[in-house]
Amino acid sequence: MSRSTKETSILDRNILKQRSDQVSLSAFSYIYSELVQYHQSRVSNISELEEKLASAGYGVGFKVLELLAYRSRENKRETRIMSILQFISSIAWKALFGKAADSLERSIDHADEYMIFDYNPVTSIYVSAHQSAADAYISGVIAGILEGAGFTATVSAHAVQLEEGESRRSSIGLPVKKDKAVFLVKFSPQILERDTTLER
Amino acid sequence: MNKQESPLLFLIVGRNEPLYSSEFISNQKPTSDSITRQHYFVMHSALDLVDKFAFTYPQMYLKTVDKVNHQMVSVFLTASHVKFMVLHSGKGDDVLKQFFMEVYELYVKLSMNPFYQFDTHITSKDFDDRVRVLGMRYLL
Repeated sequence: MSRSTKETSILDRNILKQRSDQVSLSAFSYIYSELVQYHQSRVSNISELEEKLASAGYGVGFKVLELLAYRSRENKRETRIMSILQFISSIAWKALFGKAADSLERSIDHADEYMIFDYNPVTSIYVSAHQSAADAYISGVIAGILEGAGFTATVSAHAVQLEEGESRRSSIGLPVKKDKAVFLVKFSPQILERDTTLER
Repeated sequence: MNKQESPLLFLIVGRNEPLYSSEFISNQKPTSDSITRQHYFVMHSALDLVDKFAFTYPQMYLKTVDKVNHQMVSVFLTASHVKFMVLHSGKGDDVLKQFFMEVYELYVKLSMNPFYQFDTHITSKDFDDRVRVLGMRYLL
């Protein structure tokens, strides 16, 4: 009897949201720690490590943007700064990390800077030092999404002290985190200009 | 005299250059019906108009952006600004929209391949075959 060899190409796969899309935290952490260790042995300082991790996330950003825009079935593109940032902090964050980002704020001192907060980003749950270096991967993803949508921006990860009254998130068995991660998004001047002309 | 069917050209354009192109010719006569350089020129000149609409019109399907003599250029612009462009003469809006939606689905699935880098030439034979089937079904 002939064995039916059904070759399914990737162009046949279903890309709408499925249960099998979820990946365990340990699987992700193992692979990600390998990625970080691989780069750590090949760079000479921490900012180079951040650059390498950010460029690893950059390509992911473009693809995430296309996939999530397709899944939303709205056939619309984001054209304003606020709407693309809201897309990133709610839809993209939920698809990537299972929950929306903790907050999105506009900087008071600089008109071109915005901040996305996350109390415990998945890339640095098990990192004890240089938390913001490990989060550079997520900055890369954000930068990729923005560049793909036509908003050139530089994104960097920082760790800021938790303020009074803010709940401290921690994973089971790990010490309580003292900082929250903030992703600083700085748009280039042409993008701000374009956004203000669109407002009129 | 038979009405001349103008050829159809479908291009996928990235940031700097076309990533994929395919031609659909209804009658197989290789005479004046073939795709000429002028067709590519018309597509190229329509790019400026696409950029103009990119941020003022939030829909992905931009309908007909340019009209030169009897030829029209219709464009579908994805979330990451990849342009699907069709050069045609008088195809209906809904037919074109269905074609674009099907190609969009194929493109998103193709870009899920981790080995496919964004904004590079599309060399997948499978993708090419499927787009041709769609073109035959919707555009001819």
